[in-house]
Amino acid sequence: MTIDLHGFGPALAAGTLMTVKLALCALLLGLILGLLGALAKTSPVKPLQWLGGFYSTLVRGVPELLWVLLIYFGTVGMMNSLGEALNMPGLELSAFAAGVIALGLCFGAYATEVFRGAILAIPKGHREAGLALGLSKARILSRIILPQMWRIALPGLGNLFMILMKDTALVSVIGLEEIMRHAQIGVTMTKEPFTFYMVAACIYLGLTVIAMTGMHFMEKRAARGFARAES
Amino acid sequence: MNWEVIIKWLPRLAQGATLTLELVAIAVVAGLILAIPLGIARSSRHWYVRALPFSYIFFFRGTPLLVQLFLVYYGLAQFDAVRNSSLWPYLRDPFWCTVLTMTLHTAAYIAEILRGALQSIPKGEVEAARALGMSRGKTLFYIMLPRAARIGLPAYSNEVILMLKASALASTVTLLELTGMARTIIARTYLPVEIFFAAGLFYLLISFVLVQGFKLLERWLRVDACQGR
Repeated sequence: MTIDLHGFGPALAAGTLMTVKLALCALLLGLILGLLGALAKTSPVKPLQWLGGFYSTLVRGVPELLWVLLIYFGTVGMMNSLGEALNMPGLELSAFAAGVIALGLCFGAYATEVFRGAILAIPKGHREAGLALGLSKARILSRIILPQMWRIALPGLGNLFMILMKDTALVSVIGLEEIMRHAQIGVTMTKEPFTFYMVAACIYLGLTVIAMTGMHFMEKRAARGFARAES
Repeated sequence: MNWEVIIKWLPRLAQGATLTLELVAIAVVAGLILAIPLGIARSSRHWYVRALPFSYIFFFRGTPLLVQLFLVYYGLAQFDAVRNSSLWPYLRDPFWCTVLTMTLHTAAYIAEILRGALQSIPKGEVEAARALGMSRGKTLFYIMLPRAARIGLPAYSNEVILMLKASALASTVTLLELTGMARTIIARTYLPVEIFFAAGLFYLLISFVLVQGFKLLERWLRVDACQGR
């Protein structure tokens, strides 16, 4: 059986590119949010702990689709008044920006827990050794905690990235032209829903396999110098 | 924040929430039943037994639920054989399509949880059962599955929460569950922030109740005591 895409192949390829762009941007935002959340949750300051806990509980308790819709449709009024204040009428959040914010927010909430677990897994003595050597707090974080945390957090982050990649399909609901959106357009033109959605599924499978392979090599690289326990 | 609007539409949102609960309940129970043979086959020693559940799990975990939902709801109609079959009244209905997709989707995840649980049963316990003369089937039913149920329960409760959130996708196939209801109300009131906020509260409330329920279940099954080796 040959698959006839009726000339929608290039559109799907462009959609794939958009999906990858969206996933990577959301990943960047999510990593920053997750790191901040984890630092807040592990900090000795009580209000910061509450803030971190509030963020991760609230965001993880509400569906991703609801966040996408809320950020896209819910910010229209806010952006309008902001646009008036800045003397830029018609200011609005693009579907891409809304998708990046919503998915980054969700990724960050889960990453908060992953990073927190990784920070807690670093022996206390390492931080104390840094203090004893007279390193500043920022230095301890950037030179001792973060490099070690990275290795421990990587498998968890890999799983989250896989979930993020699949969640990018949700942004098609607000009209961003990624894989699903292009597949939908193809379906309305050709009336062949199964073919197009199956092709979309295969593209997602391919992306997942690529991400899995990439994660495998990154984990291997991060774990060099650590002998794997024989079980 | 316009509280009056939220209170006014609360009954409709609650109506949507019951549909959400219905979807999730059917999906996670049917998914569990489907996942038990899948998970057992997935952890088999023979590659030809493993191959089929492996590819099933690979497909359903590797593609977004939205794609699967559209494949079932819109995609199946492409084939005349499906449209002429006696199942068509069900496959035309968005409710049954969503239930079917969510069940197949969650079954793949639960099967993987079950495989992990089966493989982390201490070897000695299985060997002890075999040494006492239990057959393979008896060992599976009386020793391995009850043990795996306790090891896998925390992960299963995670999966239930994930399905609760995944059920929001049903709104894309015109089903009026919590998110769908919220979108309908917004189309009438033009107050996205208030209504989505209220819907979010519903989700938080449901997941809170589910988490507490699973905590009770874990205590009842003495999961903690069973984890110690």
